[in-house]
Amino acid sequence: MASLLAAFINNMQTTPPFPRVKTQTSRGMSDYQLKMAFIMPTMILLILMNIFPLLWSLYLSFHRYKASMPTPPKFIGVRNYSRLLADPEIWGYFQTTAYFVLLAVAAQFFIGFGLALLLNRDFRYKGFVTTMLLLPMMLSPVVVGLFWRFILSSDNAGLLNYFLSPFLKSPIGWTTNPKVAMLAVVIVDTWMWSPFMMLIALAGLSAVPKSLYEAADVDRASAWFKFRWITLPLVSPLLLIALLFRTMDAFKMFDIVYVLTREGGPGTATETVSMNLYKLAFRNYNTGKACAMAYILLIIIVALSNIYVKYLNRVKGEA
Amino acid sequence: MKSVRISLVLALILALAFVSAPKADNHQSQSLTIVWAEWDPANYLQELSKDFTAETGIAVDVIQIPWPNFQDKVFTAFVGKSDLYDIVIGDSQWLGRNSQGKNYINLTDWINENIDVASIYGPAMTAFAEYPKGSGTYWALPAEVDAAGYVYRKDLFEDPNEMKAFQAKYGYALAPPKTYDQLRDIAEFFTRPDQDLYGIATWYSKEYDGITMGFQQVMWSFGGAYGDPENYKVDGYINTEDAAKALEFYTDLLKFSPPDAPNYYWAETLNAYNSGKVAMAMNYFAFFPAVINPEVNKISHDKSGFFIAPAGPKGHYISIGGQGMSISSYSKNKDLAKQYMKWFMQKPVQEKWAMLGGFTPHKEVLQSDTFKTATPFNEAFAASFPYLRDFWAVPEYAELLETCQTNWSQAISGIKSAKEALNAIARKHEEIFEDAGYYDE
Repeated sequence: MASLLAAFINNMQTTPPFPRVKTQTSRGMSDYQLKMAFIMPTMILLILMNIFPLLWSLYLSFHRYKASMPTPPKFIGVRNYSRLLADPEIWGYFQTTAYFVLLAVAAQFFIGFGLALLLNRDFRYKGFVTTMLLLPMMLSPVVVGLFWRFILSSDNAGLLNYFLSPFLKSPIGWTTNPKVAMLAVVIVDTWMWSPFMMLIALAGLSAVPKSLYEAADVDRASAWFKFRWITLPLVSPLLLIALLFRTMDAFKMFDIVYVLTREGGPGTATETVSMNLYKLAFRNYNTGKACAMAYILLIIIVALSNIYVKYLNRVKGEA
Repeated sequence: MKSVRISLVLALILALAFVSAPKADNHQSQSLTIVWAEWDPANYLQELSKDFTAETGIAVDVIQIPWPNFQDKVFTAFVGKSDLYDIVIGDSQWLGRNSQGKNYINLTDWINENIDVASIYGPAMTAFAEYPKGSGTYWALPAEVDAAGYVYRKDLFEDPNEMKAFQAKYGYALAPPKTYDQLRDIAEFFTRPDQDLYGIATWYSKEYDGITMGFQQVMWSFGGAYGDPENYKVDGYINTEDAAKALEFYTDLLKFSPPDAPNYYWAETLNAYNSGKVAMAMNYFAFFPAVINPEVNKISHDKSGFFIAPAGPKGHYISIGGQGMSISSYSKNKDLAKQYMKWFMQKPVQEKWAMLGGFTPHKEVLQSDTFKTATPFNEAFAASFPYLRDFWAVPEYAELLETCQTNWSQAISGIKSAKEALNAIARKHEEIFEDAGYYDE
C-alpha cells in the first residue's frame, strides 16, 4: 500500500495535472465534457438544495397544506397571499420589522463607521483593540441573546438596572415594557453587528491613498473638507455593501428576538416577520401559508436590495 | 491511464475509511428511546427504567428536551418521519394532531387486551389517552398526571405579627387562599418592593403555553370558556364579560408580582420563590420537588406549604398538566415499546414511580396514604383532581394556543384591552375551526 502511494505521489510530481492545450483527453473527453464533469456535482447540489426548495415552496404557497398532516396539498389559488395581506396583524409584524431595521441598521452604521474612523490611525495595541471590538459578531446570536437576557432583566437583578438603580425610581422593564422592548433588541443587535460595519468601513478607509490627504494638507483643507470630499466618496461603495448586508440580515431578525424577548414579547412588541413565520411554519405547521409569507418577505428583501444596488452603482460611477 | 490512477486513489481512500470506521456491534443489546421534556419527572423515569433494563436486558434512554423547544423538536422529527424516538411522552393537547397526523399508533386494541384500564384514574385516561374524547379510541397511556397548584411561605403566613396585621387590614385570618379574591388580598399584603418581596409569582410568559396555562384556570373559574366542544362555536364563550373580568383580574395581579413577572414561565416562577422574592407562587406540582430540595431552595425548603388553585366567583377549575405515553409510528421498536408500557402500568412499578416522585395515574396508588404523605405537596395535588380541565386537544390546538398566547400577552402588556384581546381570540379561533372544516355540516 505504501509503495502504491509513493508511486502515485512520484507520478503526480512528474506528470502535469492537466494537459495545457489539448481538446481531447486520453479517454476521449472533450474540454466541454471535462468542464461539465467538474461543474455538474455542484450544479446538482445547488439544484437540490436551493432551486428545488425554492420552487417547491412556491408551489406550496398556492396550496392548503400542513406538513404535520397526511392530507396532500390542495390548490387554493392566491388565497394564502390574500389572507396574509388582508390580515392587519401581519402588517403589524411588518411594521415592527421595518421599525427594527431602521433603528438597528442606522445605529450600526453610525457606531461602526465612527469606530472605523477612530481605528484608522496608528496607536498602541491597535491590533488588540480591533480584535476585541470584533468579538461580539463572532459569538452565536443565541448565546448573545441569553447573556443579554440576564443583563437586561427587568428587575434590579439585571446588571444594567443594577448599575442604573441609583438614578432610577423603579427598574426599567427592558424586556417587559412594550415601549422599551424594541430598544432592548436594537441595543443587543447593535452591540453584536456594529463591528461588522466597522470592519468593512475600516477596509475601505485603509484603501484610501494617503497622497490624497497629503495634497489636501498642502491646500490647507479642513478636516471636514477631507472627510466630505476624500474619505466619504471613496469609502461609500463599501459602506453601501455593508448596509445592504445588514439590512437584508436585519429583515430576517429571528434568533435574538426568540431568546431575548421570548418569542417577540411582550405581547407583539418585538415580534418580527421572521419570528411569526417560524411560528406559522414550525409550530402551527401551516406550511402553505408559511410559504406564502416567506415569498412576500423574499420579494420585499429583493426589492430593497435592488434599491441599494442601484444606488451603489451610481456611487461607484461617481467615484 | 490518469483516470485509472485517480480511481485507484479514490478506492484506496474508501478502503481506508472503511477499515478505520468503528465496527458495528452485532451483539448490541436492544434499546428503547423515550423523549420527554427536560424536568425532574424525566430523571425519575430514567431511574425507574433501570428496573426494566434489569428485568429484560433492554436499555432505555430518556432524552430530555427543554420545555420551550419540546414541541417544535418532536414535531419536526415527526414531519421528517424520523425513527429517533420510540416512545413520546407528549402533552395532552398533542393527541388530536398526532393521532390524526398518524404520528402516534392506535393503541385501542392493544390497551383493551393488555392493560387494566379500570385501574387507571378515569379523567387521566380521557385527558391523556383518548381521542376523540368519549370515543374509546386510545393513542396513549397516562404517564404523568399533573395539575397546577400553589406553594406559599409558611414562615410568613404563620408569623404572628403578619397575621395580626393582615387581620386588621382585611378583616379575616391570614391563611392559604380559598378564593381568587383572597389570593389577591394576600398578594397585595405581601407586596413590599422596598424589601424586594412581592405577593405572587405566576405564569405570564409568551413562551410555548406559559400564560395560557396560568390564566385559563382563572378564566374558567370566573365563568369563561374556550367554546362549545359540541359545535366548536367560540364567540360568546371566550369573549364574555366574565372572561374579560378574569383577564383584568389576572393582569391586575402583575402589580403584586416582581418587575420581571411578564416573562415568568415555570423556571422563572420557581426561581422567584426559591430566592425568597415572593410569598406565593403558582406552578405545576411536578416542578415542586425543587421547592423542597435544600440544595436548590436554601431559603424556604423547610418552610413551604402547598395549596390547590383557588375557586373563582363562578366555579372551581384547575389547569391539567402531565403527559401521556405514546408510540411513534416511525419507531422500529414498537413491540419493545409496548412491552415497556405494559411493564410501566403494573401496580408495583407505579408504586415505585410514585415513590421516586412521579405523579402516578394508577387509581389505587394515587389514593393511598403512602402516596399522599410521600411529599409535602402530594396531598394538595390529589385534592386538585376533581377540578381539572384541559385546553382544546384538537389537531389545530397549536394554532389555537398561539392565538391565546399572543393576545393574552398583549392584554397583560397593555397593548390591547381585555375585551379586545378576547374578541380577537374568538375571531381567530372561529377562523381556524372554519378553515379546518368544523362548521361544514
